[in-house]
Amino acid sequence: MIEVKNLTKHYGDKRAVSNISFTVDDGEILGFLGPNGAGKSTTMNMLTGYISSTSGDAVINGVNILEEPVKAKSFIGYLPEVPPLYVDMTVRGYLNFIYDLKSCKQPRTQHIEEVCKLTKIFDVKERIIKHLSKGYRQRVGLAQALVGNPPVLILDEPTAGLDPKQIIEIRTLIKKLGKTHTVILSSHILTEIQAVCDRIVIINKGEIAANDTADNLSRTVSSDHRLSVRIPGDKKEIMQLIKAIEDVKYIRADMEREPGVYEYEIEAAEGKDIRRELNKVLAENSLPILMMRTADLTLEDIFLKVTMGQEFMLNPEFSAKKEKLNQEEVSLEDLEFKVTGIVKKHMEKERQKDSEYGGDKE
Amino acid sequence: MKAIYRRELGAYFTSSIGYVFLGVFYFYCGLSFTFSSLFALTYDMSEAFSLAFTALIFLIPILTMKLFSEEKKQRTEQCLLTAPISLPSMVLGKFFAALTLYTAGIAVYFIFAVILSFFAPAFGWIPVLSNFLALFLVGAAFTAIGAFISSLTENQVVAAVTSCIALMVIWLLDSMASFITLDFLSWLPKLLMSLSFYSKYAEFTSGIFNLSSVLFYISAVVIFLFLTVRVSEKRRWS
Repeated sequence: MIEVKNLTKHYGDKRAVSNISFTVDDGEILGFLGPNGAGKSTTMNMLTGYISSTSGDAVINGVNILEEPVKAKSFIGYLPEVPPLYVDMTVRGYLNFIYDLKSCKQPRTQHIEEVCKLTKIFDVKERIIKHLSKGYRQRVGLAQALVGNPPVLILDEPTAGLDPKQIIEIRTLIKKLGKTHTVILSSHILTEIQAVCDRIVIINKGEIAANDTADNLSRTVSSDHRLSVRIPGDKKEIMQLIKAIEDVKYIRADMEREPGVYEYEIEAAEGKDIRRELNKVLAENSLPILMMRTADLTLEDIFLKVTMGQEFMLNPEFSAKKEKLNQEEVSLEDLEFKVTGIVKKHMEKERQKDSEYGGDKE
Repeated sequence: MKAIYRRELGAYFTSSIGYVFLGVFYFYCGLSFTFSSLFALTYDMSEAFSLAFTALIFLIPILTMKLFSEEKKQRTEQCLLTAPISLPSMVLGKFFAALTLYTAGIAVYFIFAVILSFFAPAFGWIPVLSNFLALFLVGAAFTAIGAFISSLTENQVVAAVTSCIALMVIWLLDSMASFITLDFLSWLPKLLMSLSFYSKYAEFTSGIFNLSSVLFYISAVVIFLFLTVRVSEKRRWS
């Protein structure tokens, strides 16, 4: 279990992290989410004893990191932002060194092979780290954190530099590890946090902006006052009609989903339900509603809302930004899907070939 | 400490530094031994020992330049500082690795001594051992100084050059002392001489075993290793 109380870090005059408090229970995966420079890495560095806090406490399994650093550090496996690799060593040599450094008790060869298999670096374990690709280095870094099987894992952007297939693998691995370990994970990739973490801490400008489960977060910040509606007809006329409705704060025509049918995003004042009124107004003008749904806040929305402030959501710029985000998201997911599909197909082919050749031999 | 010691020693030989250091050191010592003992037709090794001092000024920085600076540059210190080991044991591990390689270097003097002992029936081992001890202690003190300087920077070339200059200043303390003749500064030469590494070493080579000199070198090692620990500690607080 990890307890963080009023952790603060100043760099000279600059306050990198101020008054952060949270706890992570045993067997929980906590996601640390924040824009670049929000103080994620600084917080993690303080938790692992790499840098000291200006004030406040970090307690790992009941041991204060500043009072008994050696004992507290023995509970932690840490993957920093840049994997700390001795590039002149072989992967095996490096992991052996880490094994000695952490004075592990497990049977050496067996344990290191286990870690290599878990992080899928078994094939490269005799190679010199210098010659490995970024994805492999990242995984060697992860392996290094896993050596000695520490009960607490602190991973700073563990999937940085990996390809989509590897990202999925590492996520699955972290989820699996989360069952037996306490994990803190940082990322600025929202889907990753959503996919892996039980609980999310959003950190912005060195302060905690939100701390809750993913579901709760979307519920508390969610707004039934945001609607997505599809209406056929003249765009300008419809927009004017809707704008005239009381409590409508903002409307935007999204895109032509079907010929002559636009999708509109409507934002009402907080806590106001305008669905009935909307229906009435449109019916009066004999405009049918082809689709209406409340726009659920995705983690992106929450993230932007929490980090940028409420006003930003009502800003036209936001929609544009969100649109862009969504597009990127979709394309990345598509890519993941495609790539895994291709890999699967390829593997199946190979397997078929193998079995064919096998058959020949027999 | 053992893990760091072993890795550091291994790193000397996976890179070229170990080979370069030993190669150059053996060559220089061999040369000075040949000229000062073999060609001079004497079994007295004190000249060869006293020549070794100059080599240390240029060769010890090669040993120590990477110790801490490279860790910082490659961000591998993050791995050491978040591992369950204390800072002093990390510094000691690195120091002993450098010292081991250095000892392997100066061990060549024993080979020279064995050669001489064949030719000279009057050859005495006690002065050789005493000289060897002095050389070992001077090297240890220089290594600690080099380690300290390496912990101050991220660049190993800067560390090497700075160490080299620092050791040179230490070497020149004696001559600096002799240049100061002003009356009102009469205390300065005395102070410089008492800090001199070379005059104490020269004492050993002329056959005097002075316990206070031994303590002087050991204190230098302790002080600079302590400072190295403090520098690493300070980085966490800045």
